Amino acid sequence: MSESLIDLLISQRPLVAVLVSLAVIPLILCSQRRPSLREGWTLTAAFVKFAIIVSMISQVTSGEILETSPLLLAPGIKLYLRVDAFGLLFAIVASGLWLLTSLYSIGYMRRGQYTNQTSYFVSFAICLSATIGIAFAGNLLTFFIFYEILTLATYPLVVHRQTPEALASGKKYLVYTLGAGQIFLLAILWIEVIAPGSSFTPGGFLHDHVNSDVLPFIFLLFMIGTGVKAGIMPLHGWLPAAMVAPTPVSALLHAVAVVKAGVFGVVRIVGYVFGTETLRIINVDVVLATIAAISILLASIRALGEVNLKRRLAYSTLGQLSYIVLGAALGSVTAIMGAMFHIAAHAVMKITLFFCAGSIDIATKRTEITDLGGLGRSMPITIGAFTIGAAGLTGLPLLVGFIGKWNIGLGALDADLGIFIAVLLISGVLNFAYFFPILHTAFYGHSNLKPGKEPGIAIVGPLVLTALLTIILGIAPNAGLGLYSLASQAAQEVATPVVAQDWP
Amino acid sequence: MKHLPVLLVALPLFSAALMPLIAALTPKFARLSALIVMVAVHIGAWLTLKQVLDVGAWNYAFGGWPAPFGIEYVVDALSGSLVVLISLLAILTTIYSQGLRQPNTTLRSGVFEALFLLLLAGLLGIVLTGDMFNLYVFIEISSLAAYPLLASGNSRGVVATFRYLLISTIAASFYLLGTGFLYSMTGTLNMADMATQLELNPGGPALAAAIAFIVVGLAIKLALFPVHGWLPDVYTYAPTPVIGFVAAVMTKVSAYALFRILYFVLNGHGITTKALETLGWIAGLGILAGSLMALVQKDIRRILAYSSISQLGYIVLGFAIGNTWALTGALLHVINHAVIKSCLFLTAGACQWKTGATRVAEYASLGRRLPITIGALTVSAIALVGLPPTAGFFSKWYLAVGILQAGNWPFLIILILSSLLSAVYFYRIVEQAYFGPADTAYLQNQTSGKLELPVAMLSPIVLLAVAAVLLGIFNQQIVASVITKALPILP
Repeated sequence: MSESLIDLLISQRPLVAVLVSLAVIPLILCSQRRPSLREGWTLTAAFVKFAIIVSMISQVTSGEILETSPLLLAPGIKLYLRVDAFGLLFAIVASGLWLLTSLYSIGYMRRGQYTNQTSYFVSFAICLSATIGIAFAGNLLTFFIFYEILTLATYPLVVHRQTPEALASGKKYLVYTLGAGQIFLLAILWIEVIAPGSSFTPGGFLHDHVNSDVLPFIFLLFMIGTGVKAGIMPLHGWLPAAMVAPTPVSALLHAVAVVKAGVFGVVRIVGYVFGTETLRIINVDVVLATIAAISILLASIRALGEVNLKRRLAYSTLGQLSYIVLGAALGSVTAIMGAMFHIAAHAVMKITLFFCAGSIDIATKRTEITDLGGLGRSMPITIGAFTIGAAGLTGLPLLVGFIGKWNIGLGALDADLGIFIAVLLISGVLNFAYFFPILHTAFYGHSNLKPGKEPGIAIVGPLVLTALLTIILGIAPNAGLGLYSLASQAAQEVATPVVAQDWP
Repeated sequence: MKHLPVLLVALPLFSAALMPLIAALTPKFARLSALIVMVAVHIGAWLTLKQVLDVGAWNYAFGGWPAPFGIEYVVDALSGSLVVLISLLAILTTIYSQGLRQPNTTLRSGVFEALFLLLLAGLLGIVLTGDMFNLYVFIEISSLAAYPLLASGNSRGVVATFRYLLISTIAASFYLLGTGFLYSMTGTLNMADMATQLELNPGGPALAAAIAFIVVGLAIKLALFPVHGWLPDVYTYAPTPVIGFVAAVMTKVSAYALFRILYFVLNGHGITTKALETLGWIAGLGILAGSLMALVQKDIRRILAYSSISQLGYIVLGFAIGNTWALTGALLHVINHAVIKSCLFLTAGACQWKTGATRVAEYASLGRRLPITIGALTVSAIALVGLPPTAGFFSKWYLAVGILQAGNWPFLIILILSSLLSAVYFYRIVEQAYFGPADTAYLQNQTSGKLELPVAMLSPIVLLAVAAVLLGIFNQQIVASVITKALPILP
């Protein structure tokens, strides 16, 4: 390989990071009949992708913005990738957890004797390309393109079992997401007419149009467009239904990639299109925060009533996603920082819980919460990891879930909207209320079903790792990859201080 | 080189006459020689386009008679590109029909090729000519060649085509009447000259009648709702290779003619503006009506036919809005929709040929039996729905920006609704193909290692599906180097 080619690859690293998982698809297809080789390609791609993304951290934290040369799509509209701190944070989380999920998938799909594994791994690879594309998108159109690719590529995963139930869920998923996509498109078009050719700018690029009457309406369209994937109530209906998918899909896509793409979109729109200042002026920030607060509470209450483990986790996801929306809506530096960090925090915790649910399903075929009795003894590692994840989501200090919540709470005070702290506290109690019965049943309950034992290392390994991450990041949020600094750097860029200070 | 524009039309026109002769001498050679002619036309089209892109529009005086007196051919960047596209699609459908081995047509070898070349000549003529009456002649040539081709599928095709013949003849007569009125007012048939003469014309009933006749005539030819009645049956019962070509280009060529006449001959008149306004609302209704009708169809060819009616509405809507963005979108959609719809009809034809499936319900398990074909169908369906980054998305994008700039909200809602509706009707097909109840007995008996379709059929399908994506990603090239140069000077 000549040096100029290497230079080119290095200078276009964001693009390479997006494309690497697409590049292995032909290889995955070709090695259809040799599963080990096929999974080897997936792991290689996951590893390379993660490595490339990690290699960008030092440059981004030193304030550099990595860009790819733009591809002109339409006069004045470019398709281009631009890596900033916030995008990188999301990319690290998604690609890192893809690596673990790939490992887990291999164990899960083989133990579960699933058919069509090739199409499964291919769709997964496309999803990850789209997710990284969303993270690195430099403007609305690029974002939208990857957003729609993600929608389409997830569909085969949701209907993977091809049962009537799965197909119905898939249909529901498409109706919600494609409908939202068109509304999102409408909003993008409108922005394109108001402010042609704009790119994401920290603090937004619509300052000059704050007097325009249509801004609140455009914002509403954007929130519907991104809110469906982010599961803001009442746009959440697809997510519990999508739990019919194989567990690794629920784990990575419905706890990390897809739903986080939604909240990532919300934060991008709030922080990089409108800007918190503009939102305050057009009076929609408190409205959004209120809707998010209601979502948090309703989702938590709804979770109490679910008896299926994965569906309860889905409702818990809905509540936690709305924390992030709430943080973005509050608009103070601390709140936005908390929201951004919670993207990573919730991903780590929730993927642990889904991994555990999958592990239980594979080992014992149990999916209902009431059936979990006795598993605390027969599957101590899985249930132990589940306990850590659940405790983290409840917001226990020294676990990663606390950090995001704490900052969002502080941010609410900064924004003079202390009332929302009450929402966080009530939600914490509700979180406890719906996780506690699960653990209680697992440790103290009894079941006449066949006791299982821990499945192989490919399944237990990833869930132990994510549980450990929940603890490590809770004690030292900046450990390893510096996620906390990235979040705080991004938040500093976005937010303008609530109390304007005169420079001495 | 100097006579290239006329050769593009004359070559297929005259070699058409040779086809029955060649077929009589060596039956197997007929299709190959037709293909050679098409390839020659295609190469010529590229040369012409290159010349036009390098030097600018190419005005060719027929027989050496200068413009207002003789017949003039005008090749600009857009018409040059359309010639390239049309001849390419002709080549692809001919290769495809080679794979059918026994095309489902009753026409004898030789006659089929002759008619196909005649159709090609007619369509290229419509695109290239700069003369109002010459345009009528080419409309008739292409229609006359199309009737026997379309009718040659089965007996229902004959009935459908006979209806088309009656309606289409009325349409052509309307166009001729309109041209007659214009001629009586201006004393010229050359488009450019007529436009100059009409600038001085204060308007009045004669001009209004002329515009009405021409617009209605061409609207029937391009199957604009509510004068689309002939199209669904014709598309459903025509033989596969014919419809793959006709559905892709014939209506689009009429749309292009409408664009040229409205914007380069009749531009700027108050009546034209009114006509465009009316056309806009009709097109908007047509977009919705086509999508809704497609939703309730069970036969896949009918779904595609109604979807065509809806998509043609997009094109006409773009003409009606008439600002730079909307026109760009409409003209880009002429190209995009030709490619996408051609791919869709060829895949539908392939499924029918291989398995006999024509109804959506019969598509069950085809995703396993014909993975590449159904894959191409899925890609082109996504492109037609208009999801990024495929071709369909960008024509809609330009169109939508144009609508927004014109401040015509209702049209934007229609656009979005129609996208969702088309997503629904294509979803039914794709879902059935991939997840419908599988015919396991067949799947087990299938011998592995063999291609699902003959290469001759598969390669055009795959090529068109890939093009549907690439046209999207690289649409900027087309817009910048072709479409912007072909736009009229707007106020």
